[in-house]
Amino acid sequence: MPDGIPGDPEGDRVEAAVRAVLGSMSGDLTAREAALLAELEALGRTIARAKAEIAALSVDDITGAHIPSATDELDAIVGHTAEATNEILDCCEVLERLQSQVPADAAAALQDAVTRIYEACSFQDITGQRIGKVVSALKAIEARVEAAVSNATGRPMAVPPPPSAPRTEGQELANGPQLPGGGSSQEEIDRLLASFD
Amino acid sequence: MDRNTNVLIVDDYRTMLRIIRNLLKQLDFNNVDEATDGQEALAKLRAGNFGLVISDWNMAPMTGLDLLKEVRADARLKNMPFIMITAESKTENVVAAKAAGVSNYIVKPFNAETLKDKIEKVSVHA
Repeated sequence: MPDGIPGDPEGDRVEAAVRAVLGSMSGDLTAREAALLAELEALGRTIARAKAEIAALSVDDITGAHIPSATDELDAIVGHTAEATNEILDCCEVLERLQSQVPADAAAALQDAVTRIYEACSFQDITGQRIGKVVSALKAIEARVEAAVSNATGRPMAVPPPPSAPRTEGQELANGPQLPGGGSSQEEIDRLLASFD
Repeated sequence: MDRNTNVLIVDDYRTMLRIIRNLLKQLDFNNVDEATDGQEALAKLRAGNFGLVISDWNMAPMTGLDLLKEVRADARLKNMPFIMITAESKTENVVAAKAAGVSNYIVKPFNAETLKDKIEKVSVHA
């Protein structure tokens, strides 16, 4: 056979089966039957090659190093932005305490500025939730890759997936922040709520 | 709403708890307690004497929506003003929250004026 996979027992079995069929049908094959057998042989080889390629994937690198490393980096981003945000909030609280020591108009300006900083700092919650969604996606990819390799090689999964627990409505509907245009604005939500009254 | 009202804020992001607490302080609400998920919040609500809940949705193990359902099913807590303050901005989320009895709904990121406005509105209906 021209394109065998060296040392591939699956490929050897396909080759042996096709040879056995060819041998038993020698002299009786029509051109169409021979073509069909050749197609079957090619199909068997393709399947065997795909299984060999999946088995050769460095799945341990993907599931043991790349994805955990990526999720750790993302967790670190969340941690660092939380630290920075808390520093900013510390400063805001200092400014608020100083309000009583400055003239009224300056105190009002300080309060307005601090309020705007508080509003802006809520970005940390939104970015944290978005990063959480990316981490969940990476973990889902990791589980799928491991399951595909387990199916192709017969190698048991390192950590079998836990049985899925029933989910509450609140969990089912927890999708996190939407991309621009994917969710409703505060004005649209207000109108929707008013429509129920 | 009476500024002496005990307010419970619920969010799994401590930074967000701090921001909401500080914004409430600017509105002269100083009796503010915190919880980081629905279960902890429910325990505090049942043990305490709160007049307003401001809760996130996306928390584990108990979400804000599930907390809201528990509150509305509790004979003592069922009339408690409950504001959802969340990044969940799909129509289906708002509809589900309304069906569960939410008093008002604020989508993150929000501004201080929106928080003040919604608190005033739930006071009128409380």
